[in-house]
Amino acid sequence: MPGFTPFTAPAFVLAEDDVDTDIIFPARFLLHTERKGLGRFAFHDRPALLEAYEAAGKPPVLLAGANFGCGSSREHAVWSLDGMGLTAVFAPSFGEIFRGNCANNGMVAGMMEPATLAALQALAKTGNDLAIDLAAQTVTCAGQEFAFTVPDSDREMLLAGWNNTTRILALHGQDITAFEKAQRSAAPWLWTEETEA
Amino acid sequence: MTSQSAPRTLYDRLWDAHTVVRGEAGKDLIYIDRHLLHEVSTPQSFELLRDNALTVRRPVTQLAVPDHAVPTSERGGAIKGELARKQVALLEANCAEFGIEYLALEGERQGIVHVISPEQGFTMPGISLVCGDSHTATHGAFGALAFGIGASECGTVMATQTLWQARNRNLRVHYAGQLQPHVTTKDMILALIGTIGAGGGIGHAIEFTGEAVRAASMEARMTLCNMGIEAGSRVALVAPDETTFAWLKGRPRAPQGAMWDQAVAWWRTLRSDDDAVFDRTVEIDAAAIAPQVTFGTSPDQVMAVDGTVPAGPARALDYMGLEAGKPIAGIGIDYAFIGSCTNSRIEDLRAAAGVIRGRHVAEGVTAMVVPGSTVTKHQAEAEGLDKLFEAAGFAWHHAGCSLCVAMNGDFVPEGKRSISTSNRNFEGRQGAGARTHLASPAMVAAAAIAGHIVDVRKEFA
Repeated sequence: MPGFTPFTAPAFVLAEDDVDTDIIFPARFLLHTERKGLGRFAFHDRPALLEAYEAAGKPPVLLAGANFGCGSSREHAVWSLDGMGLTAVFAPSFGEIFRGNCANNGMVAGMMEPATLAALQALAKTGNDLAIDLAAQTVTCAGQEFAFTVPDSDREMLLAGWNNTTRILALHGQDITAFEKAQRSAAPWLWTEETEA
Repeated sequence: MTSQSAPRTLYDRLWDAHTVVRGEAGKDLIYIDRHLLHEVSTPQSFELLRDNALTVRRPVTQLAVPDHAVPTSERGGAIKGELARKQVALLEANCAEFGIEYLALEGERQGIVHVISPEQGFTMPGISLVCGDSHTATHGAFGALAFGIGASECGTVMATQTLWQARNRNLRVHYAGQLQPHVTTKDMILALIGTIGAGGGIGHAIEFTGEAVRAASMEARMTLCNMGIEAGSRVALVAPDETTFAWLKGRPRAPQGAMWDQAVAWWRTLRSDDDAVFDRTVEIDAAAIAPQVTFGTSPDQVMAVDGTVPAGPARALDYMGLEAGKPIAGIGIDYAFIGSCTNSRIEDLRAAAGVIRGRHVAEGVTAMVVPGSTVTKHQAEAEGLDKLFEAAGFAWHHAGCSLCVAMNGDFVPEGKRSISTSNRNFEGRQGAGARTHLASPAMVAAAAIAGHIVDVRKEFA
């Protein structure tokens, strides 16, 4: 995963609360087992919204409402947003699993105070571009600066473009082995099916 | 596993017991004891393993079962839908390649992940358990640290047995008093969501306490924790007690003999200290809860069945075809669904059967029962419940997620109205354009008989 670099682009406003992952990626398309190409199903049952997004020139930034991405844990929601061309989403709050999925896929899910976001939405609606700086956690728009937050560890991962899995094994392989040894002795019932290595 | 003298909540205790490395940029590396897999959230997880040439660290801690995409009628022979057939076959092939136990569709142990795992004793108090499904919160009913994760995280768990996770704040939800007759834990959780909102629990692990929780059976506690995610919380907990141990004893994968005694001794310590500090407490008067039913397209758009539809977001009311100010009781329904990981266990089926005895589904209503597992299905059949349901005009199906998520061929047609024991009334959840009212099994059964939404208490008056 490449690391996140600052960029400037227009934003699309979807000022609706509780946009759930069923709206972002309807369940019936979950039968697909690939990860690429899922952008074609994003907001499938909201044709008016898609039309407006197309008309706006498919901007890479989404300014959303509270509790965005609540509902199902389906990572397809993030893959489809990525597939439709989005790189960053800002909202007052997020479904927590969705927010974690964003970090794991190089997508910025930035939390903004509702009043800050409302001001930014107003500027974006009139066609102003947004300059997004993840390291500084700021969006600059029409000469004004707007603060957002991404949890430290997620921000670090997004900026560095880490592979979470191989990194855990490389940095903490011994810690995990030590934990397992201690647990095996303290809670042997969790290990009954395994023979000693 | 540290021994600390400072008072701790149950959640803190579980978290500390699974912390491998503490505090890198606000997250702890958490050890994962058990991982449940299903066909929808794992194809890309196995790709992550292949792309990085990784193996599964402890295959015996993983258990796979197809549930979301599987047909619940005509179970014999191959799955008709090509995509579903391929998806299920891919899960089986991936499990074979990586040495993970796979419960076949045709087998006795198949069913919805959150139903079969407790049934098999794969879910236990004190463990950490994850699954690529948000309703993993269900397993918190046993006092397990259980939460839903994404597909990438499923891959990380398989390869490393760990996840970087941010510790949540503690939210205590205390239900004082006893429930009225015909009011259930489904009504308790819907009432909570209505109170704190669909995002009300974000960033918090919920612990449910109080008389009504302690009095609840394991099935009822699972219903309660299942919908913690609809309150915004990934983790929902009930401290384990004698009810938990009795339910679990003798399950196929539960500890046996001396191991059982050793496990129970530790499980008894799994509770919040009396002086533990919660970041937040919500008090709910259980005795004042009426049967609940949702009126909108978010689970927090919920109301007492004897009330009038409140003014809500225009989009939701328009989608649902409802008018503010009108009573919710009396609204005609086209579909009635009893099933899902929320309410498809044996007690749920018994509760619904208790309402329909000797009566028949109203004309024009399509009513169906989808047991949560094949074990549950066979148990219900041994009790004669299938015959009761069929005599009343309900279709009796095989186990699976079915009409909760509508991706297996079962769906509610556009514009039709359904009353459902499932957990989500989202737009399109039971089918594109379908309208869903969430309610308890008894409420759904009563509505199926009446042909419209009805207060189940009146059925027994």
